[in-house]
Amino acid sequence: MSQAVLFDTPGPRARRTILVANVVGGLVAAGIVALVLWKLGQEGQLEASRWTSLFTSRAWTNFFLPGLQNTIVAALYSVVLAIVFGLVFGLGRLAPLAPVRWVAGIVVEFFRAVPVLIMMIALWIGLGYADVLPPADLPLVSVVVALTLYNGSIIAELVRSGVFGLPKGQREAAAAVGMTHNQSLRLVELPQALIAMLPSLMSQFVVILKDSALGSIITFNEFLQLSRQFGAAEGNMLQALVVCALVFILINWMLTKLADLVARRLSRRTAGSTRPQLTADNTGAVVGEVR
Amino acid sequence: MNLFEQVGFLFSSYNIPAAFWVNIQLTFWAAIGALVLGTALGVMRVSPVPSLRWLGTSYVTIFRNTPLTVIMLFGVLGVWSQLKITFSQDFTVNFFIYAVVGLGLYHAAFVCEAVRSGINTVPLGQAEAARAIGLPFIPAARLVLLPQAFRGAVAPLGNVLIALIKNSTVAAAASVATETSSVMRAMIDQNGNLVVLIFMIFAVGYVILVVPVGVLTTSLSRKLAVSR
Repeated sequence: MSQAVLFDTPGPRARRTILVANVVGGLVAAGIVALVLWKLGQEGQLEASRWTSLFTSRAWTNFFLPGLQNTIVAALYSVVLAIVFGLVFGLGRLAPLAPVRWVAGIVVEFFRAVPVLIMMIALWIGLGYADVLPPADLPLVSVVVALTLYNGSIIAELVRSGVFGLPKGQREAAAAVGMTHNQSLRLVELPQALIAMLPSLMSQFVVILKDSALGSIITFNEFLQLSRQFGAAEGNMLQALVVCALVFILINWMLTKLADLVARRLSRRTAGSTRPQLTADNTGAVVGEVR
Repeated sequence: MNLFEQVGFLFSSYNIPAAFWVNIQLTFWAAIGALVLGTALGVMRVSPVPSLRWLGTSYVTIFRNTPLTVIMLFGVLGVWSQLKITFSQDFTVNFFIYAVVGLGLYHAAFVCEAVRSGINTVPLGQAEAARAIGLPFIPAARLVLLPQAFRGAVAPLGNVLIALIKNSTVAAAASVATETSSVMRAMIDQNGNLVVLIFMIFAVGYVILVVPVGVLTTSLSRKLAVSR
């Protein structure tokens, strides 16, 4: 699509230029890879022993898998709680009563603006000082609460923009058949907005998974933290972090693909747009979609 | 101590504005890097050259799906301590540069997507009309397509900048000890009874930094919007 906008169908001369650029681009890519491999080799990072220990059962049963489990558990708790938070405050922002709208608006804007790490650290030390939880649970609870507050606010915005993003005709049709504002919201607009939101919710799960890695800063034994411990124990930090990054990339990439697939499947069941809203990392703020 | 005395005590014992200044500096340099790299990647991704498109797509897939914390730690624990690539003999400066590089590399992927979504807002008819009146490729891009694409990219770029301001706190993972999250941590460690107040000071600080950027880019993107 974007190619069609910028570029006409190439003629013979343009095709030659493209071919040359293609070869140059390929050479540059190969050059970058070669440079990285050369540097790794020079520092002795390519020695087989540094890589083989990554594929032992010890590495996975003691480090990588338990870490991954903690990451996924934290992310699942967070996404469920964030959806609840998001529905409550998203509907709050659509409430007919003005003070309810204001309060919901202030809460959502506040938690969207505060960095997740700031919340996590404050919760972690603050809850520890308040002495209300067993110390072993502190990191998990802090990670989940911080991720819930932040991503819940994003989901609240998704709920609101999902309802606003519906074609005007939906509301007008509901009014024309005699529905009140509340009935129209409950029976016509929300169901379609929620279906339209589903792909965006799935991309929000990617954001939650990525941000759960912040937990390693507050000693939460998630995937990154245990990968680090493994790297420190075996003396192959670089390699352990490569595995950690690759696993994150693979999971997040699959989730993104799945969200695209679901978006295409669902587009017939709603008048709203199901395109997963590009979330600029964890602004989560909606990109390009909200007009 | 009443509330005012507590606030006064915290501001006189710790240099809180200096901590925010570190984050603003991190954001500033990383934003420049991300804008340059991200725009180049965006152009690569919409070019008709397959190898460049592939490079751009791979970059975005890799960096958008890796947690920023992993990138930061990879810089300091992998590239710096294992590959011994040093930017400066001064540790503080060295880690600051590592944090800027990590933030820049990560957000470049999002800048690339913002640029691309800006280009996608331009209807095909605009390019066809430009070609129909005889404009060659470069004038068509310079006079008709790119001005509209930049206007469409303002709102998404604003969102990336907001993300960057908040993500600058992750520099803590790259051992930058003077930025806000590290300073806040030290303050709470030493004044556990004031935890709520300390958190609110930093939270409000970020609200003050982030909200105007959001308001500004939203109003700018409305003002610049191409009415179609």
